[in-house]
Amino acid sequence: MSSPLTRDEVAHVAELARLSLSDEELDLFTVQLGQVLEHAADMSTLELSDVEATAHPFGLINVTRADELRPSLDRDVVLAMAPDARDGRFAVPRIMGEAP
Amino acid sequence: MKSASEIAEQVRSGASSAAAELDAALDVVRARNEELNVFLYVDEPGARAQADRIDEAVSRGDWVGPLAGVPIALKDNLCQEGVPTTCSSRILEGWRPPYSATVIERLLLAGAVPVGKTNLDEFAMGSSTETSAFGPTRNPLDPSRVPGGSSGGSAAAVAAGMTPISLGSDTGGSIRQPAALCGLVGVKPTYGLVSRYGLIAFASSLDQIGPFARNVTDAALLLETVAGHDPMDSTSLPEPSPDLVSHVNDGVAGKRIGYVPELVDGADEAIIASVRAAIEVLTEAGAQIVELSIPELRLGLSAYYLIAPAEASSNLARYDGVRYGLRINADDVAAMNEATRTAGFGAEVKRRIMLGTYALSAGYYDAYYGQALKVRTQMIDAFKRAYREVDLLIGATTPSVAFPFGSKTKDPMTMYLSDVFTIPTNLAGEAALSVPFGTGEAGLPVGVQLLGPGRSEAQLFAAARVLERAQGEP
Repeated sequence: MSSPLTRDEVAHVAELARLSLSDEELDLFTVQLGQVLEHAADMSTLELSDVEATAHPFGLINVTRADELRPSLDRDVVLAMAPDARDGRFAVPRIMGEAP
Repeated sequence: MKSASEIAEQVRSGASSAAAELDAALDVVRARNEELNVFLYVDEPGARAQADRIDEAVSRGDWVGPLAGVPIALKDNLCQEGVPTTCSSRILEGWRPPYSATVIERLLLAGAVPVGKTNLDEFAMGSSTETSAFGPTRNPLDPSRVPGGSSGGSAAAVAAGMTPISLGSDTGGSIRQPAALCGLVGVKPTYGLVSRYGLIAFASSLDQIGPFARNVTDAALLLETVAGHDPMDSTSLPEPSPDLVSHVNDGVAGKRIGYVPELVDGADEAIIASVRAAIEVLTEAGAQIVELSIPELRLGLSAYYLIAPAEASSNLARYDGVRYGLRINADDVAAMNEATRTAGFGAEVKRRIMLGTYALSAGYYDAYYGQALKVRTQMIDAFKRAYREVDLLIGATTPSVAFPFGSKTKDPMTMYLSDVFTIPTNLAGEAALSVPFGTGEAGLPVGVQLLGPGRSEAQLFAAARVLERAQGEP
């Protein structure tokens, strides 16, 4: 039986998930993810168009509180955990390429 | 080996001290941790400081809590302020959280002494601790076998006698399955009963923190201590912690319990025999057992392995090398994100992120994730129908006893099947526990699973206690 998803699709999903996979990993994941999706095929044949979807066991209600200042983590404590921080901010490599 | 209740009583009365109990725990940790790989980090200074605080309070005659001086092990996906918290992943190695989980704050208030952080499958994704970036934990009952997972370290800590109790988390069986494989009581509480604040998220609509213990009363005591509303978790049930310990001896007289064939299908013969023997004990204790088929449970595994990875792919997007944890530098931010995640996550985590990303992606969402959410509705409805007929359900916790290392790692589907009996409870947000009952292959313990509707913990403990007493536990 052919896999429900192709190697190219797996490569595309890896890109979406910001993961870089080796050729061997791509081959392996194509087979393994295919096995899980094949197992899920027992659901695909069910006629469920009238069934509501449940994303959460008790339904999520938006919980709010009064808009009042409360203590929170100190900025320096939070920035001290960062791999790189400068001038009270998280620092990252450049976010845009060279101008064309 | 003393129970948590005995230790707390002796510490309060002065017959023992928190410091002496901590020393006893650390002696066992020192003797066995290298072989078993249970603790990733032992917080001896923090534990000593807490033990001293308890002993000083006792000597002053001050109130000390229900877990006074009781050493406890914590799964390493629970944030503890200043204590390394890794989720057994390279991506968080060396990170020290700036705050503690609500359950840890409550344990400290109750007088418990957190000894350290225990090994797990990376980000709680696995059923054997074999996906931990820091090596597997060995089963104290047979070190050639897995302790189960993902909370394998927390189970092994109690099974090895390092601590009398521990906390784990259960997303698809991660407390009940290792409890079964290590011969312990393990509980997946009703969704929302225990605050998830400070529990590193895997699948937020399924995750729940719960206890491991060597006996039912200790498990009830620990759950009672950490449960109850928490404003820091918007999914926390708006009610105080239930009375559990005072109900453990309520028995099962007059209760209706459903035997569910789907919850033993494919299990080892010895495990099915244990479930039947448990049913006899419950019948003799006055329960009425009826056979109750719930065919919808057969779809649980398929729905879970789309829903949990979908939620995980979203939750784990936060590990991007920007705010905390690992960063592998690169020329631009996207390349840095990718290099960090590629180096920081292990194979199982990558597999689940990929699966979830695929199930949520355009063109496949309705066929996979959307369909799984509808199956989830059907499962909730099926449980509701069952609980109109009976008070509780009974089945096996796992299809097999503790298995040898490497026997299920080649094919992920084989490993996923370890959770086939435990997953439905998480999807429905209900309560279930595993209680040791009988033995299987190689004399290893078998777990019998008791399931109930939301907020049925007191009834579940009472039924489990009947089984425990039938085996000679006082």
